[in-house]
Parts: sequence; structure tokens; C-alpha cells
Amino acid sequence: MSEPLHRQLGLKDDEQERIVATLGREPNRAELAMYSVMWSEHCSYKSSKIHLKTLPTEGPAVLVGPGEDAGAVDIGDGDAVVFKMESHSHPSAIEPYQGAATGVGGIVRDIISMGARPVALLDPLMFGPLTEPRNRWLFEGVVAGIGGYGNCIGVPTVGGEIRFAEAHSSNPCVNVMCVGLAKADELVTSQSLTPHVGSFMVLYGAATGRDGIGGVSVLASATLEEGADESRPSVQIGDPFAEKLLIEASLELIREGLLEGLQDLGGAGICCALSESATRAGMGAEVDLDVVPLREADMEPFEILTSESQERMLAIVHPSKLAAVEALCARWGLHTAVIATLVEGGTLTIRHAGEVVAEVPARSLADDGPEYDRPMTAPARIEDGGDPALTPFEGDLNDALRTVLAAPGIASKRWVWRQYDRIVQGNTVAGPDSDAAVIRVPGTLKGVVASSDGKGRYGRLDPYLGAMHAVAESARNVAVTGAEPLAITNCLNFGNPERPEVMWQFAESIRGMRDACSGLATPVTGGNVSFYNESGGSAIDPTPVVGMLGLLRDYRLRVPSAFPQAGLAVYLLGETAAELGGSEFAEAVLGQVSGMPPALDLSKERALLDLLVAAVGDTLLASAHDCGDGGVAVALAECAIGTGHGFAVSIPTDLPPHVALFSESASRAVVSVSPIDEEAFRALAAAYRVPCARIGETGGPRAVIDAAIDIPVARLAEIWETTIPRLLGEAV
Amino acid sequence: MNDTPRVGVVTFPGSLDDRDALHAIAAMGGTGVALWHADHDLRGVDAVVLPGGFSYGDYLRCGAIAARAPLMAEIRSFAERGAPVLGICNGFQILCEAGLLPGALIRNASLRFVCEDVWLRVETSQTCVTAGLTPGETIEVPVKHGEGQWVATSEELERVEGDGLVVFRYAAEDGQLGDAFNPNGATNHIAGVRNAAGNVVGLMPHPEHAVDPDVGPTGGQPLFAALFEAALAGATA
Repeated sequence: MSEPLHRQLGLKDDEQERIVATLGREPNRAELAMYSVMWSEHCSYKSSKIHLKTLPTEGPAVLVGPGEDAGAVDIGDGDAVVFKMESHSHPSAIEPYQGAATGVGGIVRDIISMGARPVALLDPLMFGPLTEPRNRWLFEGVVAGIGGYGNCIGVPTVGGEIRFAEAHSSNPCVNVMCVGLAKADELVTSQSLTPHVGSFMVLYGAATGRDGIGGVSVLASATLEEGADESRPSVQIGDPFAEKLLIEASLELIREGLLEGLQDLGGAGICCALSESATRAGMGAEVDLDVVPLREADMEPFEILTSESQERMLAIVHPSKLAAVEALCARWGLHTAVIATLVEGGTLTIRHAGEVVAEVPARSLADDGPEYDRPMTAPARIEDGGDPALTPFEGDLNDALRTVLAAPGIASKRWVWRQYDRIVQGNTVAGPDSDAAVIRVPGTLKGVVASSDGKGRYGRLDPYLGAMHAVAESARNVAVTGAEPLAITNCLNFGNPERPEVMWQFAESIRGMRDACSGLATPVTGGNVSFYNESGGSAIDPTPVVGMLGLLRDYRLRVPSAFPQAGLAVYLLGETAAELGGSEFAEAVLGQVSGMPPALDLSKERALLDLLVAAVGDTLLASAHDCGDGGVAVALAECAIGTGHGFAVSIPTDLPPHVALFSESASRAVVSVSPIDEEAFRALAAAYRVPCARIGETGGPRAVIDAAIDIPVARLAEIWETTIPRLLGEAV
Repeated sequence: MNDTPRVGVVTFPGSLDDRDALHAIAAMGGTGVALWHADHDLRGVDAVVLPGGFSYGDYLRCGAIAARAPLMAEIRSFAERGAPVLGICNGFQILCEAGLLPGALIRNASLRFVCEDVWLRVETSQTCVTAGLTPGETIEVPVKHGEGQWVATSEELERVEGDGLVVFRYAAEDGQLGDAFNPNGATNHIAGVRNAAGNVVGLMPHPEHAVDPDVGPTGGQPLFAALFEAALAGATA
């Protein structure tokens, strides 16, 4: 006795009843397939919506908030920045190269469909330890897929981050963020264009095949269990050349004023694009599946409707413009097919081989999906190894620094980003070796600054604080370049929301994100939820990843993170407390992930951000670096490794030396200041009420901290640079 | 009399650095002219740049289809007239596939894409892009490619080396050669070659990404300066 069809497609019994009530009859197979993908967790946000509504989404810079294909902020002079983050974790866990590649393709199409040219990609990734062969296969495959796709479409990959934790062994997280530029008055949104009754829905780009059928429902909205490799046919295959053609053709179609609407095809394929486009237009559509260009002639209607074949877009075109649209697409070598006509009312009537195969209200698919307020339970505290700051430490501090620098999460990711084209388009002022990427806006002095950050280990200990720290750290990474943080996008990576503990983690994370985004005045413009990152009942750490966007008024003011020369004064900004909970030191040296994450005072964070932006604006800083993972010892080491300029500093503190060196207290930064600017800088720090300690000077070939640390910078650089290649078994 | 050279940049559907080449030409004081692969028209340009990218997707062999593009017929006769033609990265691959330059480009020895700044040692000043440089001099320019390992048959290699057709080799900043400075395993560290006349040059590194100090090194500046000179000389000849 096999399962009823709706369950095989991932629908629950009550959802099936809801479909029957909507239609007033039993759905047929095609209709059921459509509801199953549109009402999947991935497309409908049914478990998260109720919480996401509580996030702050408005602010003076926000042009487009959540609800469109991507968010947009105003950067002055009529320029807009469009940005969004998404996950492609489940496909990547099955087939890392294609999973990651098509993740890049999908987010790029989101940016295009807003009418923006994609100008930067960032990739926050999480893997299990590289000591395991399968994790190395996933890691190398994902990196190759990101490069293989991104390098072929002319969009530079300029940032991201990579973290490692045991829980990601079965569940790697592959997030990708894209940033685009447009003129604010040319943005394509549901408000900016007016479709007409009788206008055509034109599918252009690649042909539709059997790849990725049910990807959103089967793959992305369930946990991956034993035998998940058999889901490989649900992973889509990418064609970056077709994507490049789509970018150029789509931007030309918009520039020429030929469109009344534009939507990318991603999860849930044609079904999603048709129902969402019709719903936004407030209309229905007469759809003819026989004209959809197919890779295989004998595809069933439900396959054509839900295929997730890549590199396709759906445009709404007035009949008078159709010939021009077809000619433009042909010039770029792209197929077009008029697959539907907009009609009054709200019904999608779908025909195949002369017969009506589905007849459903468009809105019931796009907007009226189920919404759950799932039960939540705070878990009993997972582990209590206690506060690591209280663990006695007698070891050698030089050894400890070497160990922390060699932790894979801290070590250099050059092996990864060396495989990414970071410079195409010619506007990359700062790339992945900077705290945040800086992309100049062509024809202006403005710099768009972006950073992505997640704090899984903190989230595991306290999801509320973990989310707050992700927001604060990404704001700090943007501010150390001199840019003002403006707004965020996010990708919320969690386990199975049907488990009350996971739902509690999610709600707590959203609460933390809400408080931090309100406190730092960086509203949320959109994002993505990735649930079901678990297998065998073991979920990933709750990891909301934040993609922060900032604006540098003059990109030439950008401050590097490393010490640019000898003879500069080194300052530590902020206060250091005994906070080793969830720290790199506690994990790498003490083998402890326990205690509480550092406290976060948003008013102090805000003061630090404001000081950094003001000091860079007054050209008082020679360098500035976030003091985060690994504490001040790692921050100083990284400042020296970047350029080879050593330092000698003394940190005034009452804390035990290992706590002072490796505490991850929030709202701190390490800056270097030219002697002639010191007085002005100290006055500015005082005005912003940011604690500011002059701890020493740059210069010499060694890294020296009090009597605790004394190591040649070259040795630190070697450790930091060779860790990842060594783990991958390469000769270094 | 026009003292601003008109330099054409060919856009194939999968070209990526075509706009960047046009920007570099403008930044260096030239006039960039956009050319389209499917046309049969060089629009009266004085020099041609074949830019980086993936011309037609390059799923077959990089540049293999592009070498047979409509506009390549015009470029071939343009080159045969002695006019300057510069192929960068994918453009270099296309010129090799078209038989206008010796050798071929295969996958990097590492089997991975590589993007980084490298030093190039200039081997000859007898070309349309190195006329202003001295052999032995080094310049810093980025590479970014997955298939940049230059190879040749032993006879071809002998001719290339014997006739002085090597234009650039990967090297250390001081000009020293070594595997550590060779990003793709190219034979004899060869980064760029020329035809016998020196008017056709191809190289894997990207001089168009090395003219603006705000976003990278500046080793590409003398190459464009020389290209402009050659273009003007041809235009007035």
C-alpha cells in the first residue's frame, strides 16, 4: 500500500484538505504538483512568516523591502543598490558542484529581475571538519561550482566567509549573496510597471527539461536522510553561458522599455513564475504548455510546470512590443515562447495537448498558502561545560596563538578565493582579504560595501545573542572600511521547524536580529529561510547569516585592515571582559564549546561604528580591523600578516593573560594611527565615548604582546596561510 | 588628422572583460569602439582587442568556435595587413585556435581556476604592445583563467623560442624564472606570444585590469600606450 499522492509530494493531510476546499473538488495530478511546490516550506515560508513579520523593514534608505525578488536601498544621486541572499544547501549536499553553481545562478537572476546589473557575489559557506574525506569532497566541489559558474558570467566574487563545525558534516550550508546596481527610477517592482489584460507572458532563455523536478518540495523542504544521494536527479544543472546571455538580454529589454513585468524562474519553475506574476498583476492567465520549449518531447504537464531547469525568465510583454522582444532575444541567441496571455479574473487556466490540465486561482498558489504558528520549546541547556573563562590555563601563549590561527575557521581562505574571478568589471577596490568588500559605483566616487557574517557557535549557546552578534559583526566589518552600514539581507539556516526546539531557536534568532537591526538602524530588506538542515535528528547550529550593505561616500577613503607601514600607533577600541564562551580559543585550545556568548550593548556598538565612520571620513586612520573571532591576539596577528609589518604592544588589563588575549568581547576594533593624527583621533574617540587605549606601535619583523607573545610575523603568516591547503592534502 | 587611436573591442555573446577593455582604452586616452561578433564590420578601427571571457560558452575547447565567428574573417585580413591585434585571455585562446598565433592553451596544471596578480618579464620590444618596454623589464598584471597553460609541439616550441616569438614569461618581480611564479604550468613559463611580424600578440594575463591604481596594479599601462602608437602609425601609413 503506497502513500497517497499528496504525501509523496510533501503535502500534509490538512494541506490537502485546504486544497480541496479552495477548488471545491479534488485536485488532479498537475494541480496537486503545483500546490505541493508552491506550498512547500521553501516557497511559502509557512513556518517562518509569522516570525519574519516582526523584523524592522523600514528606514530612510530603503527603496524596496521584503516581498519583491530582492531588496533595494538608496545610495544617493538616483543610484540604487539591489541585494539579496539565498541558500542552496540541500542541492549542494547531494551534488556539490552543480548545487553551488545553480545557487549562484538563482541569486543572480533575482537581481536581474529587479532591473539591476549584478556587480558582486559573496558566499558564506559552512562545512564539517576537513579531516573527513567526504567533507573535503563537498568543500572542493562547492568552491569549484561557485567559481565554475561565477567566473563565467562576469560577476566578481568578492567576499563571504567559511566556517567549520561537526554538525555541518551531513548538512553543509551554501549561502550566496548578490549585489546589483540600478538607477532608482528604473527598478522593476510590482509597483513600477503596469501589465495590461491581453499582454503576453513570454518565457525566454533555456529549454525546460526534467531536471530539478520537485526540488523545492522534495529536497529543500525535508531533511536529508539515508539514501539522499538518490535525490541527485532533483538537483538542477547549470549553464553559465546561458545565464550570461540572460543577464545581457534582460537588462537590454528593461533599458529599451519593452517590458510590463519580469520574473526569474527558480524554485517551483514555471508554476511559481506564472502564479506570482499573475497575482502581482491582479489577473489570471490562459496558459499553453504545448509551446514551452522542451528538452524531452514526452514531458508530462506537471513536469513542465514544476521543472527547475535553470537560466529561464518570464517577461510580461504588451502585444505591440512582442516583435521587438523576440528580435532582441534572438540577437543574444535566446529562445522565446509566448506561453500565456493575461486575462481578467484571477484564474490560471492551463492547457496541454488541447485539454485543460489545471484550473486554479493564481492567488491561492502564490499568496494563500498555509501559515503555521508552530509550537516552540526552549531546549534544556545542551551542554554545560561551564564558563571557559574559569577553566584554568597553564599552557604556553605562543602555542595557543599558533593553535588558534591554525583553526580552519580563522585561517586564510586564499585557497578558496584564489579560484574566484574577483576583478571582472574593474571596480573591486577591496575583495575577500578585506573585512568587507568595496565595489565602486561606475562614474562616481561612491563605494558599495558588503560583508556577510554568521555566528553558528554563538547561536548554539544562545540563539538570541548569536543573531545579534551576526548583525553587529557585519556592521563592524562594513564600518572598519569607513562605510556607513545601511541595511541587511539574510539567510536563516536552521534544522527542522516541526521540532519545537528548532522553532524556538528560530524565534529567538529572529528576536535577536530584530533588536540588533533596530538598535543599529539597519533594516531588513529581504532574505531567505533554509529549514530542514538536519539529518538523523541532529540539526545544525542555528545560524542566521547576515549580509550587510554599507555606503562609502568616497571609495578612495577606504581604510585597509592590515598595518600599512612601521611607526604607527596601535589603538584598541572598546572594552575587553572575561568572555570566552563560544570563542575560537575555547574550542581550539580548551576543546570547549560552552558558557554564554559575549554580551552585546547596542549603544556601545553604535558608538564604535559611528566613530569608525567619522575617523575614516576625517582621514585619521591608517588601518582598521574588526576584533572578533580569536580576540585581540588574532586581530593583531592578522593586521601584521597582511603586510608583514610587525608590532610591539602592551595590553593594560586585570584579566589573566590568556583571557585578555583571546576574549571575544564585542564592539572592539584594532586601528593604527599616524603620530600626527593621534591627538585628533583621541579627541574624536572621546567625543563618541568609545574607550580607546594606545597599546603600542607597528614595526619590526615580530609580533610582540607584553611578555606573553613573541613570534616572527613570517611564522604566523605561514601557519595562517598553509592550514587549509595542508588539510586538503596539498604540498605546502 | 586624428591623434586619438580608434581601438575596436570585439564582444562575443560570452565575453566578460569587453567593457573593462573599453574602459581601459578610454582611461589611457584612446577611443574604444564596440565590435559585434556576428557582424562583418570593423568600423574603421586602427587596432583590435579580443577580450577575455567565454566567447560562446567554451564548453568545447576555449575559443574554438569563436575562431570561426563571422567577424574573425575581417580580423584575419586586418592582421595580415600588419594592423595591431591584441588577444587577452580568451582572446589569446581564440587567436591560437584561429592559427594567427602559435601554440595552444590547455587547462591549468593545478586543474583549478586561478586569479591573482603576477609579474611578467618582457622578452622582446618588437611587438605592437611592448615597443615602449625593454627586454628583461618586469610588469605586474593579474591573471584569471582556468585554461591558461600554454603548450606547443616540440617543433613549434623550437620555432617560437628560436625566432624570439615569446613576448612575456611569468617571473618573479626581479625577473627570475621559477615554477613558484608560474600560475598555470605554462611551457617555458610562457605567458604571451607574438606572430613573426609582431603585430599580433596574445597573452593570458589581463593588461586591461592593470591600468587603474585604485583597483589593481598598473603594469598594463605601457602595453596600451604602445598599442595606441602602433594603431596611429598604421592609421597614418
